[in-house]
Amino acid sequence: MDWILANIPLIGQLTLDHVRLSVIPILVGFLVATPLGWVAHRWKWSRGILLGVVGLLYTIPSLALFMILPPLLGLSVLSEANVLIALSLYAVAIMVRSAADAFSSIEPRALRAATAVGYGEWGRFFAVELPLAGPVLLAGIRVVAVSTVSLVTVGVLVGVSSLGYFFTDGFQRRIVPEVLAGVVMTFLVALFFDGLLVLAGRWIMPWASLATASRGRET
Amino acid sequence: MDLLQNALVWLFSPEQFHGEGSLPQRIAEHLGYTLVAVVVAIVLALPLGYFIGHTGKGHVWIVGITGGARALPSFGLILLLVLVLGVSQRQSAAILALVLLAIPPLLAGAYAGVAQIPRSVLDSARSQGMTEAQILFQVEIPLSLPLVMGGLRGAVLQVVATATLVAYVGLGGLGYDIIQGIPLRRFDQTLGAAIVVALVALVLDAAVAGASRWATPRGVLLGSFGDVRARDSSVARTR
Amino acid sequence: MKSLRKTTGLTGLALASALVFSGCAADTGTAETVVVGSQAYYSNEIIAEIYAQALEGAGYTVERQFQIGQRDAYLPELESGAVDLFPEYTGNLLQFYAPDAQATKADDVYAALESALPEGMTALAMSSATDQDSYNVTADFAAANALESIGDLAALEGLVLGGNPELEERPYGPFGLLETYGVTVSFSGTGDVTVDALVAGELSVANVYSGDPRIAEYGLVTLADPEGLFLASNVVPIASGDWATELAGVIDPISAALTSEGLVALNLQSTKDQLSAAVIAATWLEANGF
Repeated sequence: MDWILANIPLIGQLTLDHVRLSVIPILVGFLVATPLGWVAHRWKWSRGILLGVVGLLYTIPSLALFMILPPLLGLSVLSEANVLIALSLYAVAIMVRSAADAFSSIEPRALRAATAVGYGEWGRFFAVELPLAGPVLLAGIRVVAVSTVSLVTVGVLVGVSSLGYFFTDGFQRRIVPEVLAGVVMTFLVALFFDGLLVLAGRWIMPWASLATASRGRET
Repeated sequence: MDLLQNALVWLFSPEQFHGEGSLPQRIAEHLGYTLVAVVVAIVLALPLGYFIGHTGKGHVWIVGITGGARALPSFGLILLLVLVLGVSQRQSAAILALVLLAIPPLLAGAYAGVAQIPRSVLDSARSQGMTEAQILFQVEIPLSLPLVMGGLRGAVLQVVATATLVAYVGLGGLGYDIIQGIPLRRFDQTLGAAIVVALVALVLDAAVAGASRWATPRGVLLGSFGDVRARDSSVARTR
Repeated sequence: MKSLRKTTGLTGLALASALVFSGCAADTGTAETVVVGSQAYYSNEIIAEIYAQALEGAGYTVERQFQIGQRDAYLPELESGAVDLFPEYTGNLLQFYAPDAQATKADDVYAALESALPEGMTALAMSSATDQDSYNVTADFAAANALESIGDLAALEGLVLGGNPELEERPYGPFGLLETYGVTVSFSGTGDVTVDALVAGELSVANVYSGDPRIAEYGLVTLADPEGLFLASNVVPIASGDWATELAGVIDPISAALTSEGLVALNLQSTKDQLSAAVIAATWLEANGF
C-alpha cells in the first residue's frame, strides 16, 4: 500500500499512456472491420476467405506477432508502431466476424422495406443497415476494447511502456503491490472503455436498449 | 526476404532438434502446460456452467465474471501469482494463471450452450417423463455442444497464447527462444521461434475444431450455424 | 517514458542544434534541456535519476526517458541525439559494439570502449562502481565443496547454471566456462527468478549482477574470476554529441563519488525499502554533498 501511495503520479502517467496506446487499435479495428464485415455479409463467397484469413491471424500469439510483423513491414521490433499495428490487426480480426454477423442479423424484410420506400444502396447502408446492426457491432467493439487494453501490456517485452511496466519492474524488485497495481489499473482501464462504449451506445442508439429489454435475452 | 531465409535456416538447423532446449522439448513443454491448464479448467468450469444454465441460479454472476475476467491482463496475472505463491512454486502459479484465463470461455460456453436451448425442447423432454439428470445428460449437454466446443476452442487459444509468456519466469515453452533472442539481437531466432509458435497455435486450433466437429452429434451439427466460436463474443481472447 | 519520445526527442534535438549554432553560449543560467535516459533495470534508473537531479541542480532542465528496454532501442537514440545522457556499463556496452573484444581489465575495457563507440557518442569518465555479471553460489554449497574461484567448480559434476536466457549464448556463459575454466554446466534460463532459484536449490551456480543487494542478503558467495572470463563493467555515463564536454563538469564528480558498495546500498533502498528512484537519488546527492 505504501508503494502505491508513493507512486500515484507514475501510476497516473502510465495509465494515460496505456489509454493512448489502446485507442488507436480500437478505432482502426472498428473503421476497417465494419466495411470488411459488410463485404463478407454482402458477397457470401468472400465470407469464407475473409473469415478464414482473419481466423488465422487471430490465432497467432501476441509476442509472436510482434516478431513476425517487423520484417514484413520494415519496422523495428522495438517500436511503438510495431505494437500498434499488431494490436490493430487483432482488433480487426475480432471485429470482422462480429460485423459480418451484425449485418447478417438484420431482418431482410426491413431492408426490402427500405428499398421500397426509396432508399438507394448507400443511403440504405447508412440510414438503415448500420443502425440496425448497431447493437451487435457495439457488442463486438466492446470485446475488441477489452482485448486490446489487455494486450497492450505485453508490449513492455518489446520496449513499449504502458501499465505493463509495473509487471516487469515490480517483478524485478519483488514489490507485490506494484504488480497488483498494474493488474488492477489495466482492469479498470478496460472497464472504463467498456463503460464508455456502453454509454455511447445508449446515446447513439436509444432504441436498442428498449428492444433488448422487451426481448428479455442476455447477450 | 533475407530475414525470413535466416529464420528458416535457424529453424531447421540440427541444434534445434537435439539436447537441452531443443524445439521438440519446447513444444512438449508448451503443450504440457496447455493440456494441464485446459483440463483443470474444463473440470472446474463445465459442471458449474451446466449447473447455472440448467437451474438458472447465479446467471447474473456469470455475465459479470466472464466479462470481467476478459479484462485481466494475462502477463500480469502470471507475474502476480508467481510473486504471491513464491518462485519455487512458479510452475503451479503459472498453471493457476492459465486455468483462471481458460475458465471464463468454458463457463460462458457451457452456460450459453444450455441457455440457448428452446424451452419447448426441455418441456417436451420433461413431459416425456425424463428425470432432471436424464435431461441434463441426454438433452442439454448434446444440444449445447456447439457452443461448449466454441468455448473450448477459445480457451485453448487463450492458454496457448499466454503460455508463450511463461518463459519470462523461467518455465520454458515456445516463448523462450523469442525472449532469449531479443537481447541477443538474433532476429532470425526470434522470427523462427515466432513462426513455430504461430504454427503450433494454428495446428492445435484446427485439431480442437476437428475434434469438436467429430464429437458433436450429427443431428446437432445440422441445426447449428457455422463457426460459433466468436459469434459468442465472450470467448474472444485477451492475451 | 517512450510516449513522449517523439516530441521530446525533437525538442531535445532542436534545442541541441540551437545550442550548437549559437556557438554554445557559456551561460549556465539559461534553461537548456538535457534528455536523460535509462534502461529497463531499476538500478540503472536510480543512477540516471541521480544524473538528472544533479543536472537540475546545476541549472539545466531535464527531460527523463526512463525504462527504454533494449540497447537496440536506445543506442540509436543516443547516436542521433534524441537522448543526451545515459548511464551504461563499460564491459557490457563494449561487447555490444565489439563482440570479440579481448580486453577484460577495467582500464583496458574503457579504452577499447572509447574507440568502439560510434561517432556522436562519447564515454565520460567512468566510475569505480561496478555492476557486472558474476557467478555466485550459496554459502552452504561453497563451504561443502571448498569453492573460492570459478575454477574450483571444474571438479564437480551435474552443475546447473542459471541466469537470463541470453546468457546461454554469451561468451562468458556455458561455452566460456568450459573453455576458460574447464567447467561443464547445463543451463537453465531462469531470468528474473534466478536468485530465488539459486537459493531454493534448483541451480548450482547463478549469474547475478554484482550490484544486486541480494548477494549480501542471502549470503551468496561470489566466485573469483582470475582468468578474466567476465569483462570489467564499470558504470560509465555515455553522452551524445556536443553535450559531452559540458556535462562532464557536472557528471564527473558524481561518477567519482559513486562506489560499488554505494551502488548496492542504493539498490537495497529500491528493493527492500521500496523507495522510488527520485527519493533514493535525492538522498544520495545530499549525503554526498552535491
